[in-house]
Amino acid sequence: MNLIKRREFTLLILIIIQILLITLRAPRFFNISNFRDILDDTAILFMVAIGQMLVILTSGIDLSVASSLAFSGMSVALLNQYHPEISVFIILFLSIIIGFILGSFNGLLVAYGNIPPIITTLGTMSIYRGLVFVLSKGTWVSAHEMTDSFRLFPRIHVFGISSLLIISLVVIILFSIFLYYTRTGREIYGVGGNITAAQYVGINLRKIRYLVFALGGGICGLSGFLWVARYASAQSDTAIGFELQTIAACVIGGTSIAGGSGSIMGVVLGALFLGIIKNALPVINVSPFWQMFIQGFIIIVAIIINTVMSQRNQQLILKKREL
Amino acid sequence: MKEEILVLKKISKYFPGIRALDEVDFKIRTGEVHALVGENGAGKSTLVKIMTGIYQPSSGDIYLNGAKVVFPSPIHSQKAGISAIHQEATMFPELSVLENIFMGHHIKKSERGLLDWVEMRKRTKELLDRLEMDIEVDIPVKNLSVAQRHMVEIAKALSRDARIVIMDEPTSALTLKEVEYLYRIIRKLRAQGRAIIFISHKFEEVFEIAEHFTVLRDGKFIGEGEIKDTSPDKIIKMVVGRTLDKMFPKVETKPGPVVLKVEGLSKPGVFKDVSFELHQGEILGFFGLIGAGRSEIMQTIFGIDPKGEGEIFIKGEQVNIRNPKEAMDKGMAYIPEDRQLQGAILEMTIKDNITLPIVDKLSRVIFLNQPKEWEITEKYGKDMDIKAATWQQLVLALSGGNQQKVVLAKWLATIPEILIMDEPTKGIDVGTKVAVHSIMSKLAKEGIAIILISSELPEIIGMSDRIIVMHEGIITNCLDRKEASSEKIIKAATGILE
Amino acid sequence: MADKNKRLRKLNITEWLMRWETMLFFILVLIIIINSRISPYFLNYVNIMNTTFNFTEKAIIALPMIFVIICGDIDISVASIIALCSVFMGLASTFGVQTGGLVLIGCLTGIAAGFFNGIIITRLNVPAIAVTIGSMSLFRGIAYVILGDKAFTKYPSSFAFFGQGYLGNSGIPFQLVLFAVLAIFFAIILHRTTLGRKIYAIGNNPIASRFSGIPVANVRLLNFTLTGFCSGIASILLTSRIGSTRPNIAEGWELEVITTVVLGGVAITGGKGNILGVIISIFLLGFLRFGMGLVNVPGKVMSIVSGFLLIIAILLPEFIRNIRERVFLGKEKIRRGYKDETSGV
Repeated sequence: MNLIKRREFTLLILIIIQILLITLRAPRFFNISNFRDILDDTAILFMVAIGQMLVILTSGIDLSVASSLAFSGMSVALLNQYHPEISVFIILFLSIIIGFILGSFNGLLVAYGNIPPIITTLGTMSIYRGLVFVLSKGTWVSAHEMTDSFRLFPRIHVFGISSLLIISLVVIILFSIFLYYTRTGREIYGVGGNITAAQYVGINLRKIRYLVFALGGGICGLSGFLWVARYASAQSDTAIGFELQTIAACVIGGTSIAGGSGSIMGVVLGALFLGIIKNALPVINVSPFWQMFIQGFIIIVAIIINTVMSQRNQQLILKKREL
Repeated sequence: MKEEILVLKKISKYFPGIRALDEVDFKIRTGEVHALVGENGAGKSTLVKIMTGIYQPSSGDIYLNGAKVVFPSPIHSQKAGISAIHQEATMFPELSVLENIFMGHHIKKSERGLLDWVEMRKRTKELLDRLEMDIEVDIPVKNLSVAQRHMVEIAKALSRDARIVIMDEPTSALTLKEVEYLYRIIRKLRAQGRAIIFISHKFEEVFEIAEHFTVLRDGKFIGEGEIKDTSPDKIIKMVVGRTLDKMFPKVETKPGPVVLKVEGLSKPGVFKDVSFELHQGEILGFFGLIGAGRSEIMQTIFGIDPKGEGEIFIKGEQVNIRNPKEAMDKGMAYIPEDRQLQGAILEMTIKDNITLPIVDKLSRVIFLNQPKEWEITEKYGKDMDIKAATWQQLVLALSGGNQQKVVLAKWLATIPEILIMDEPTKGIDVGTKVAVHSIMSKLAKEGIAIILISSELPEIIGMSDRIIVMHEGIITNCLDRKEASSEKIIKAATGILE
Repeated sequence: MADKNKRLRKLNITEWLMRWETMLFFILVLIIIINSRISPYFLNYVNIMNTTFNFTEKAIIALPMIFVIICGDIDISVASIIALCSVFMGLASTFGVQTGGLVLIGCLTGIAAGFFNGIIITRLNVPAIAVTIGSMSLFRGIAYVILGDKAFTKYPSSFAFFGQGYLGNSGIPFQLVLFAVLAIFFAIILHRTTLGRKIYAIGNNPIASRFSGIPVANVRLLNFTLTGFCSGIASILLTSRIGSTRPNIAEGWELEVITTVVLGGVAITGGKGNILGVIISIFLLGFLRFGMGLVNVPGKVMSIVSGFLLIIAILLPEFIRNIRERVFLGKEKIRRGYKDETSGV
C-alpha cells in the first residue's frame, strides 16, 4: 500500500517538473485554458487506459482496444448519418453495447478458448479493424454528415467542464469503486497475483478473465463514440496505434505487466503524463513525428525502472530481515 | 455425543501415469483432532484437495452430516464449512495481510452493497490478536517471513469460521515456540466443536495433539484408530510398511580427502556465515525446517543463484562459479528438490532428459551425435532401472518414482565427483525410495562426495555420515553419525543452541 | 528395448493423418486446386514463381520467430525493425552509400535492434511482450522522426536485384533461393544440433533447463538477435522490391509473421513445433492471399481472414487434442499408470 502511494506521489512530482520545464521553454504553455485542453485531449486515454489496466491486472494484455474503439465509433457515426432522428443518448448507450460485445468476444476466446490474451487480441485487433473497413466500405463519415447533437455532444459544457471530461471522471470514479469496493474488483487483483491461490479461495477464473475484457470493451465502445464526435470524423484508421498509448499509460502508472498490482490513480497520472507531452510538443516546436518515438522510449524506460525498483525493494526487505 | 461430520468412502484419484489414491476411506467427527499420517507421496495432499473441491475424485463418495455431497469447486467446499491451510504457497504476494485473509469472501456492508473495509480491518486485527501476531494489516505478504505467512494462512481459515479445518503440514516451517502456540490454537478450535484434520509425518506431533488417526501409504488406506490405543512404533510400521534398517541400506565407507570446502558463505536475509567441508566418499546430511536456507546455499554453490559473500574451494583450489555450467565443469551435480519444476522436463522424452546436461559433449562439429545419445541413455536408464516402454516415452507419463530415477540418471551421466541431492526421495513410493538410498550408498562407496538435504529425520539419520543442522540460515550444529539423535537434531533445527 | 524403439519409429497411418503438418499439407493442396480453378494461369511456372515475391520476406522473419516462440517468448517489433532498417538504408543511400554498404547497414541495424530487445528481456527478466511492445513503438518512432511524411526513393540500380532479381535464367526469384537456404539452415539448427535441443528444453521448462546448465538467457538473447538479423534481411528485400522507404513500411506484418508460425503448429506456450509445418504454413497463407487477390478481396478484408486464422490455428489443435485423448489415449494412460505403479513397488 505504502509502495503504491509512494509511486503515485513520485509520478505527481514528475508531472509538476514536466510542466515547469515546458513552461520554461514556452511560458504560454502555463495557462488555465491550455490545461483544460490537455484534460479534454487526454479524457479518452484516461478511460481506455483504465480498461487496459483491468486486463493487465489479470496478467493479460488487450491490443484490440484501438480497433474496438474505431469499430464502435464507425458504427454509431454511420447510424447517425443514416438515422439522424435517433437520440444521442441512445447512441451513447449503443456504443457501450457494441464495445461490450467486441470485448466479450475477446473475453470468451481467452477465458473459454484458453488462447493467450496477446494472441487473441493480436488477431481481433486485425479482425475489428478490417470490419470497420467492411462496415464503411472504405469511406469516411465526415463532420457535415453528422447531426449537430452528435458532433457537439462532447463539447457541451457544464460549469465550464466539458461533458467529455465529465464522462471520463464518472468512468474513473465508477471503476475506482468497482476495483476497491466490490468483491469482483478485488478478485481481479487476486487472479493476477497468484492463479493457484485464486483457485484455492474459490475465485471463478473464467468469469474474471471474461469480465475484464468485456468491461474494457464497453469502455472502448463508449470512447469510440466520444472520439468520433470530438474529432468530427469516422475513418477506417481512427485511433490507429492508440493501444500503445494505453499500455504506456499503465506501465508508467506502475501497473505490473506480470499482473496483480496497479492502481487507477497511477494509470490516470500515467495517462496525464503522456497527454502533457503530446500537447507540449507543438508548443516547444518539436515535430509531432517525435511522438511515437517518445512513447516507445517511455514504455521501455518505465519497464526498466519498474523492474529495477521492485528488485531493489525485494533485496532491501531481505536485508532488513534479521538472521 | 460426537457425531461423524465428514465421511469419505472408497475415494480413488487417477492422474496420467499416476494412481494417487486407491479406494481410500476417511471419516472425522466434530470436536476431534484427526491426524492424517503417511509419508510424502502417500496421497495426503491429494485427499485434502478432494475434500476442498480442488480435485474431483475419479470414483467414490463424500458424505457431509450424513448427506451425500459433491464439491465441483473450492467455493462449494468452503460454503459447506471446510477450510484448508495448504502446504504450497497460496498467498497473493503483492496484496496486504488483510486482503490475503479475506480474498474470496470480502465482507460487504449489506447483501448487495460495497465492501466494508472498516469491519474487515477490525476483524483482521482481532484475528491477529487472537493468534498473538504483531504485524501490520496493510503490509504486502511478500514482506513477511515464512512463519508469519503460515500464521496468516491460519488466520485466513479462522476468518471463514470453518467447521472443518484442514492443516496440511502446518508445523513444517515453525519454531518450537510457534508450534506450542499452534497447539493452543488447535485445542481452542477443538473446544469450540470444530473438526480438525491435522496432517503430519512427524509422529511426536501426532501423539501430542491428535486423538484419532488414519494412515495412508502409497495412495492406499492402511488403517485407523484411537491414538490412545496405539504406539508410535505401531504407526511407524503402518506408515513405512517395513522396518527401518531395510529402508536405509547404509554402507560404511572411509571418507577420503576434502573435495569441497565452503568458508563464510553469506547472503543477506537468506543465510549467514556458512562453513563446512565435504570429504570424498562421504554422505553429508543437511537438516532444517522449511526456510532454513539449505536449498539456497546449494543453489548458490552450484551457480544457479548469484554468488554471495564467502569462499568456495574445490579440491583445495578456490573457485568462482557463476553458472551451473561452470559448476558442472568442476565436477558438481545438483539434483533439485522440485522434480517437476526444476528437475525433469516433463514434455520431453526420457532420452532427451538424460542427455540434456551433457548435450554439448555429445556434438560432432555442430551436429548432435545421436548414436552416442542412445548409448548413454541405454546405460544410465538401465543402471537406474527406469521402467518405461521406450526411451522415447515422455517423462510426463512416468510415475513419480520413475521420474526421479530419470533425474538421477541425468545427473549421474555427467559423471560428477560432488553430488548434491536436495530432498531426493520427496513424494516417491517406498520401493523407489529404497532404490535411491542404495544408489546413494553405492555412489559413496565409489568415492563420490554426496550432500543430502532432507526434511525426513529418519532418512538423514539413516543415510548420513555427518549431519549439519540449520536454523534460519545459520548452522546450529554439526553432528557425527555416532552422536546424532533425533532429539539433538530437532533442538538444533528449532534454534536451540548447545 | 531397442526393438521397441524401432517399432515406435514406424509410421502409423492414423497418427500420420492426424498430424498437424499433414492436415496443413492437404489444405495447401486444396488452396492450390481452388486457385488454379479461379485462374488457369496460376500453375504456370513463371506465375507461381512470381507469386512467391508476396510472402518470402515475411517467411524469412518467420524462421527465427519459430525459435523465439518455441522458447516461450514473442517478438512483435519485427515490422518496426523492418522500418528502422529501411530508413537507415534510405538515409545512407542519400549520402551515396553503394549497394554493398546498404546491405551491411540493413543487416547490422537489424542485429542491433534484435540485440536491444533481447538484452533488456533477458538481463532484466521482463516479459518479451512488454519490451517488444515498447520497442515496436520506439523503432518505428525513429523512422518517423527521420522521415516525417517524406520518403526515400533514391537507391542504386544494382540494389534492385535483391527484391526483384532472379537466379540466372532459371526464373527462380533470388528471394526464394535465399529463403530456401535460410530455411535449410534453420531446420538443421533446430532439428540436428545441440542448440536446437536447448531451444526445445527452454521452451518446455526454462527453470529445469537453467538447473541443467543451459545458458537460458544467452540462447534467448541469440533468438532475438537472429530475429532482428532476419528482419534486417527482409527489410533489404522489401526496400529493394518496392524501391522506396516510407515510415509506415511493412505495417502490421508482425501479425502475419506470428500467424504463419502459429498456424505452422508452433505452440504459443512454447516447447513444440517444427520447421516443416511452418514452411507449409508459409505457402498455404501466401497462396491463400494470392487467391483472395485473384477474386479482388481488399487488403483490409484479408487482414480479417489473417486474424481469424490466427485464432483458429490455436483453437483447433487444442480441440483435436481433446478428441484424440478421449478416443485413443484416455484409457491407455490410466492402464499404463497402473502398470508402472505396480512394477515400481
